[in-house]
Amino acid sequence: MRANTLIQAYERMALIRAYENTVVSLAGQHRLPGTCTSIGQEASAVGVVSALSSDDLILTNHRSAGHLLARGADPARMLAEVMGKSGGYCGGKSGSLHISSKELGVVLTSTIVGGELSLVTGVALARTMLGQAGVVACFFGDGAACQGRFHESLNLAAVWKLPILYVCENNQWQAFVHRQETMLADGVVGHAAGHGIGGSRVDGMDVEAVREAAEHAISRIRETGAPHLLEVMTYRLRGHFEPDDQAYVDPAELARWRARDPLVLLRRRLIESGMADEADLDRIDVEVGVRLDRAVGVADASPYPERRELTSDVYA
Amino acid sequence: MSKKSYRQAINEALAQEMRRDPTVIVMGEDNVGGMGAPGEDDAWGGVLGVTKGLMPEFGRDRVLDTPITESAFIGAAVGAAATGLRPVAELMFVDFLGVCFDQIFNQAAKFRYMFGGKAVTPVVIRTMYGAGFRAASQHSQCLYPIFTHIPGLKVVVPSSAYEAKGLLIQSIRDNDPVIFLEHKVLYDEIEEVPDEPYTIPFGEANLTREGDHVTIVALGRMVGFANKAADMLEKEGITCTVVDPRTTSPLDEDTIIEAVEDTGRLVVVDEASPRCGMAADISALVAQSAFKALKAPILMVTPPHTPVPFAPELEDAYIPTPDKIADAVRRVMA
Repeated sequence: MRANTLIQAYERMALIRAYENTVVSLAGQHRLPGTCTSIGQEASAVGVVSALSSDDLILTNHRSAGHLLARGADPARMLAEVMGKSGGYCGGKSGSLHISSKELGVVLTSTIVGGELSLVTGVALARTMLGQAGVVACFFGDGAACQGRFHESLNLAAVWKLPILYVCENNQWQAFVHRQETMLADGVVGHAAGHGIGGSRVDGMDVEAVREAAEHAISRIRETGAPHLLEVMTYRLRGHFEPDDQAYVDPAELARWRARDPLVLLRRRLIESGMADEADLDRIDVEVGVRLDRAVGVADASPYPERRELTSDVYA
Repeated sequence: MSKKSYRQAINEALAQEMRRDPTVIVMGEDNVGGMGAPGEDDAWGGVLGVTKGLMPEFGRDRVLDTPITESAFIGAAVGAAATGLRPVAELMFVDFLGVCFDQIFNQAAKFRYMFGGKAVTPVVIRTMYGAGFRAASQHSQCLYPIFTHIPGLKVVVPSSAYEAKGLLIQSIRDNDPVIFLEHKVLYDEIEEVPDEPYTIPFGEANLTREGDHVTIVALGRMVGFANKAADMLEKEGITCTVVDPRTTSPLDEDTIIEAVEDTGRLVVVDEASPRCGMAADISALVAQSAFKALKAPILMVTPPHTPVPFAPELEDAYIPTPDKIADAVRRVMA
């Protein structure tokens, strides 16, 4: 990847990290309810989303902040949503769990694990039938991949030849249970072959590798119209939600993955390759911090929803 | 105007809406039937032939046969509805709700509210319900109270061919998720149905007759049974108002309350299980809003709180009948 692309990736990943850290800190101060953070999965979000075109669509899940911010979401509107404020992306009626935004192309978000897998085929079918170009990316985890609807979705997408990029963010954890407890295989990419579709796996801590793998998968989808399963091997560096002391996590395993923190890896690569120096990256970190501080201010200033919103928008 | 069966009325509504709006598609199990096999295309047209003829006219792109995976294709219909199509998905038997409820009540029903009013999900889920088909416990239930319980869903229970056509066209044009429940025993019932498209609005109950003594509120197939009971009672000098709510969500509370205020007596007939069902809900509504008008306790005519049995003798005993309805009316008159 070219230097400026990789530095942009660093900025976006630093923004996601700063956003999630802000949410953790605000939750600790009881200024918002606990959320499911994506800390550790920034390279996956930025690598995949940056490989998409602006007319491609995204479906995501409860661990969605990275996908939204990678797509250009405004952290102030996201924080407002998480605080239950009217200035949030969904007017404060979603919270962190299922923020969606049509203007960002993040069309549907499901907190029900695997829900996005059953919806994505319809989104891709609608695109195809309405003659709209583009790929539909669907983010889900290794937990969802244990469900029947993972297979139902892959099968239907294969049979109907739908342009879907299935992105399994295998973060090793299914809530509080390790992935090793719930599946015998070490991952899910093997299921692609069973459904007769393309599959690939990539190191999810390396944003460059994720982006390349996503670009390759997307170009295959555009060429063939058929779906592809991309498994991104990553790690949930924080707990399932906040607060969670991760007492159930093997410290040695956590340390191994922490050593491969995607931001640390990228920082090292940028410096070693001469694309950026320490001071450049520190400056980015500071700028991101300032942006988040400002976002907190904007979200704080946003009013709570009016009482009439309680009963509005139940029906069209 | 011509005589049409409930089945033909539904088929005609689908065909007319598909002609009018290219974003209307039909999907489900065996909606075509025979596809992929060397034999006849459109061999089945739905398990009871309701969608027959649609594929030859509209093609395979708009009439889709799916695998037997309700979770996948009901979810697909919901996702497609949220992004530009107007899918009519067929959940063959409402009993199959058990494998796709998440897509309906956590997804379709919630999008508009939880995405801050920015979503429209114009999906119709057509589904067969009801006992009397000798189809036993897993193919005979009346599960509309479960849908009615969920804010965000609209629930339609057409009682005749005329009702079915107008209500289905309304359902397809509606911008909310609609559950359209077809009673399988009504498919061959025939009545005069206009040839041209027409709509029947939701939340407007229909008084199929007006009387002085007792109000009978009945749903779906039970509307016809209530009218039969009323015919029998007329010979005994008891006249009834029969209210067909047409939709359980939205529910036309005003018409029900006014009808009870006029007669002072209420019998509610529901083929669904009695606990937390429409009969209990409508009874509570009237007890709360028209208590002073009541001259007698409200009576509910429902099946017992059991699964639907197979043995024809038992199934017949399970289903409310015109005789049971007439008995209830006589009791509130006593």
